[in-house]
Amino acid sequence: MTGDIRIRADKLTKRFGDFVAVNAVSFEAGRGEIMGFLGPNGAGKSTTIRILCGLLRPSSGRAEVAGLDVAREPEKVRANIGYMSQKFSLYDDLSVMENLSFFGGVYGVKGARLKRRIAFAVEMAGLAGREDAVVSDLSGGWKQRLALGCAVLHEPKILFLDEPTSGVDPASRRRFWDLIYALAGDGVTVVITTHYMDEAEYCNRIALINGGRLVALGSPSELKRSAIRGEILLVEGDDPGAMLEALEGAPGVRDVAPFGSSLHIVVDDAARDRAAIEARLAERSLSWSRIEPIKATLEDVFVQLVGEGGKAAP
Amino acid sequence: MMLRRVRAVAQKEIIQILRDPRSLMVVLLMPLMQMALLGYGVNLDIKHVPACVFDREGSQQSQSLLKAFQASQYFSVVESERTYADVTRAIDAGRCKIAIVVPHDFSETLANANAASVQAILDATDDNTANIALGYAQAVIGAASGNIQLERAQAMGQPPPVVPAVAEYRVWYNEDLVSRNYIMPGVVALVMALVGAQLTSLTISREWERGTMEVLVSTPVTSLELMAGKILPYFVIGLIDAAFCLMIAVFWFQAPFRGSISTLFFTTSLFLVVVLGLGYFISASIKSQVGASQIALVATLLPTTLLSGFAFPIEQMPAPIQWLTYLVPARYYFSILKSIFLKGSGIADLAAPIAALALYAAVVGLLAARAFKKTLG
Repeated sequence: MTGDIRIRADKLTKRFGDFVAVNAVSFEAGRGEIMGFLGPNGAGKSTTIRILCGLLRPSSGRAEVAGLDVAREPEKVRANIGYMSQKFSLYDDLSVMENLSFFGGVYGVKGARLKRRIAFAVEMAGLAGREDAVVSDLSGGWKQRLALGCAVLHEPKILFLDEPTSGVDPASRRRFWDLIYALAGDGVTVVITTHYMDEAEYCNRIALINGGRLVALGSPSELKRSAIRGEILLVEGDDPGAMLEALEGAPGVRDVAPFGSSLHIVVDDAARDRAAIEARLAERSLSWSRIEPIKATLEDVFVQLVGEGGKAAP
Repeated sequence: MMLRRVRAVAQKEIIQILRDPRSLMVVLLMPLMQMALLGYGVNLDIKHVPACVFDREGSQQSQSLLKAFQASQYFSVVESERTYADVTRAIDAGRCKIAIVVPHDFSETLANANAASVQAILDATDDNTANIALGYAQAVIGAASGNIQLERAQAMGQPPPVVPAVAEYRVWYNEDLVSRNYIMPGVVALVMALVGAQLTSLTISREWERGTMEVLVSTPVTSLELMAGKILPYFVIGLIDAAFCLMIAVFWFQAPFRGSISTLFFTTSLFLVVVLGLGYFISASIKSQVGASQIALVATLLPTTLLSGFAFPIEQMPAPIQWLTYLVPARYYFSILKSIFLKGSGIADLAAPIAALALYAAVVGLLAARAFKKTLG
């Protein structure tokens, strides 16, 4: 292992029959880094994570996790990683403590260390006083934090979280991210998949995945800078559909995309092109309530690179 | 193999078993019910075969012959007929399985020709019962004709006829030729095969169905550790079930038990490892609980009833089917139980079937460990 590189994927490819789920994905992730996998459903995020956890063999390419080849030494890899699957995967009929003891056991943690780690997990998940509660009686946020607690009992160097926050209320999501930051602060490398754009902003680096390919890789601000060549104008009005039609292909307009009830328009120079847009809308007798330059969001990047329907960008 | 991990899996499995009392009851009561059903239901002894008689002569001699049938515990004479048509009707209607017809010249032929024949008409829709009934009828008539010879010799003032050689037989091991003595070991083997495979058939498929396997495979637990941890608790339950079944066989159905408990314990443990491993193998190969449970049922029930030698003697099967029986683990356990129960055999006497079971356990264990792949896909 060179330096602090914890994950190294090199042209990682996974085929299921004719379908290429993961197509030549290469990246590296370092110690304490929070790496987000962002992409539409079926893009290959979960498959990539499963390969890195040693749960699927890559069809070609190679990957090292904690300096170990995932295809050749999956058992050793597993001792170094924690994994939270998309679906809740703890034992519903067991209590909080029984789940923790079981996972501590299968991770090979024992004695005083196990006690200390279980105490840490209970504290972290905010489950003090609920150690004997049966898991099926817990709410979503608690279950999710307990799952995270189980995944870090053996102090893994790398944590893989596959859409851990889906179906959890916003307050719990916020709290969950605090835990992720704390773990990353302790040096744990965290790989997390999500389709929440706001969550993607919390990541140190984002790997944008679409159609099995790594479309873009970089910090949120890097992605915004490189993907959006130009500036963004927000347009709000009574008839966004007609405005979209009017502005598509209009002079100075590089791209138009609907965002809720408003439009995001990519232009070269917001100050210069604003007048042209207003003129165009007036020409079609469309009224607008607001036109103003905004900062690009990751959603703009996503739309720019992946396209509305999740189609691959050219 | 790390014992810490095996223990963690076994503990978790025990908690889950105890937390589901209904399943636990099923697991403990099912063998009891099967023992009762099979113990009472399977009975190869045939007694009181319904019979009708048609005496065409009505002489003292014909009547005394028919009395012998009435006196026999193998037959119960349900009616006397007056015509052949009545005989046909009685058999057609199923009121009797056998009809004994004494010819109109029975005593005359007996007096003149020294040998008279009696006709037996049998309903052979169930050929096994018919064969046995025919055998009984021949025995009854044979005894009756011996008596006639003796009476005739006495009447003529002659010494009793000398029979040059008489076969004297002793039945060993099952002195009373009671089929239940031989059936009970078979019933125990059958019930244990069914229950054993059922016990483990759900353990892996349940984890797949509930989604818990997803994280379990990402932990460092090896497939061998998982198998050991999961089979261990069910081995204990299997032993409890076996103890129930064997006690019912001995104390309730009064099957004679002449062997030692330690031989019984050792061989039963070995058989349990085989059937639990088989259930685990099925569970690991099939990811749905219903599917795994049904395949475990078919995989144990059919071969055990048909090919273990319990219902059909192996020596009478065609050679290719006989070879097939070597693949049925219950075949060995059945022969072991029969020997322990009826002959009191020890481990040394049972070396061959024990070796076969041990080999079987090793192969099933290997297959089961390989069937469970720690991958998703």
